[in-house]
Amino acid sequence: MFLALKELKFARARFGLMGAVVALIAVLMVLLSGLSVGLVNDGVSGLQRLPATSFAFEKGVQHASAFSRSVVDTAAVRAWAERDGVEDAAPFGNVLVNGRSGDGVEIDLALFGVEPGSYLSPAVAQGARLSGDAPAGIVVSKTAVDDGIKIGDTIKIARIGTELKVVGTLPDQHTYGHVDVAYVPLRTWQEVHVGAGPGDEVPERAYREITAVAVKGDSADLAAGDRAAGTESLALADSFDASPGYSAETATLQLIEVFLYAISALVVGAFFTVLTIQRKQEIAVMRAMGAPTGYLLRDALAQALILLALAVGVGVAVGVGLGSLIGGTAPFALEAGAVATAAALLVLLGVAGALGAVLRITAVDPLTALGGSR
Amino acid sequence: MKPAETVSEARSEKSTSGLVMRDVNLQIGDGEDIVNALSDVSLVVKPGEFVAIVGPSGAGKSSLLAVAGGLTTPTSGTVLVAGRDMTVAGNRERTALRREAIGFVFQSGNLIPALTAEDQLRLPVKFGGKKGRDPLELLAEVGLAEKAKRRPHQLSGGERQRVGIARALMTGPSLLLVDEPTAALDRQRSREIVELLARETREHGVATIMVTHDHDVLGHCDTVHEMVDGRLSRID
Repeated sequence: MFLALKELKFARARFGLMGAVVALIAVLMVLLSGLSVGLVNDGVSGLQRLPATSFAFEKGVQHASAFSRSVVDTAAVRAWAERDGVEDAAPFGNVLVNGRSGDGVEIDLALFGVEPGSYLSPAVAQGARLSGDAPAGIVVSKTAVDDGIKIGDTIKIARIGTELKVVGTLPDQHTYGHVDVAYVPLRTWQEVHVGAGPGDEVPERAYREITAVAVKGDSADLAAGDRAAGTESLALADSFDASPGYSAETATLQLIEVFLYAISALVVGAFFTVLTIQRKQEIAVMRAMGAPTGYLLRDALAQALILLALAVGVGVAVGVGLGSLIGGTAPFALEAGAVATAAALLVLLGVAGALGAVLRITAVDPLTALGGSR
Repeated sequence: MKPAETVSEARSEKSTSGLVMRDVNLQIGDGEDIVNALSDVSLVVKPGEFVAIVGPSGAGKSSLLAVAGGLTTPTSGTVLVAGRDMTVAGNRERTALRREAIGFVFQSGNLIPALTAEDQLRLPVKFGGKKGRDPLELLAEVGLAEKAKRRPHQLSGGERQRVGIARALMTGPSLLLVDEPTAALDRQRSREIVELLARETREHGVATIMVTHDHDVLGHCDTVHEMVDGRLSRID
């Protein structure tokens, strides 16, 4: 590392430029990672935080819109509950509504209809849980609180006029398709689902309709259960794709990230290729002086590693700093794990790119050291 | 292991240090383009002896240095450096020999741009093996005590060449191979550099071979050989 460090110091302008490029890519990676996690949270955090392991939708439903199109008979809940390996099964309803609070706050809500007392009924941070005694009481996401909704507010659903009363708030972000989640007792959900407002007659079938059966049980045989209950199951993680825009958003970001990794590795590789070619004469001299090839390779790789680690470190620090400024204005959430993975990948791929370049050292003939600049 | 005759003959001349070349041939190229870069070259350089090799370009002077320095393996013949036969040594062993027993002085110094004069001298020690001499002491010896912190671009041509000589002497080699050391220098500087080489050769008991075009500096050498078309002959 003797030579590596001396050269880094001596040619600091040149290495600094290269480091700046890598650092900028690292900044971009951190922001993309935050955006990616933020979008995932916005899209499916409401689903992620459900204790279910799979959803049984209507047979033959389009997967991409299963949460909005599927209608399942409540009989399927009993059928699923009896299956081996199923710990619990509960009815689950989902519908998107536009609402307005008494204070005039306009808010879109993803109404998650669950039976009060079922395993899906969430614990609250403040206020009360769902209860059959308060059919219009809802429990809302923390993000709805951030939007100005508070316990005791009444939210009136547009067009049908149903009034819901906020009785409790959830401890963290529960959103679905970029919309705040509100848990509502199943019976009320079923009325809203068929569009029955206050005073309207509710058809009998409404109380038999749910969106899906939320199944809990890691060892449940989904295919066999589907045959018995006449449903079509998606594991929880697979059901994320059924959230509006989820797969398109994540796929786009992943593509950008993959390209950035590739660009970073190639840029670092190209830089060290040019550097190694420029150093050809001095490498020849050192090999003639008896420098072992392993020494020269280790030295060059150590140089790349130091440069990358410093650049990525600076880039991540700047990215996290910028990210903390973004918070609130866009779906953005930094996760230590995701940032660390991105940083490690940048360094690793950079070293791989540099390795390809510095292997040229082995091809330098020490004989070229003789005869001066010939 | 080695041809008994040549080795014993070589050993009798000098077994532990210096350079012994016996009947060395080096053919370059293949097919019809074979060139005899070295033809039956025999040369003995004893410790403390300063040998100059002159001759026209392309006569094989650089090839002789390459073979003596273990950079090229001759087609036939024996090359002993510090008593070890370069022609049968493996790649790793030849690299180790270059590191420990051979010092190279290149045209115009060939220093590493990023390193100060002092660090240039530390470098060969970093390559492993032998413990080196005190770089500052050695720099003082070549007259550069004041310039230890200077980098190559802050040194004159003559000074760079002095650093190159000091660097070659760091590991206390038994053979010093010098390639056109005065090619880029004026007459005054050239004379000083060759005087320095002659002094270091005697003081450190190194066997030194200097390839040169410069006939003005031959007065400092113990023996002078001329290389023509790959053949070496002594000039008296």
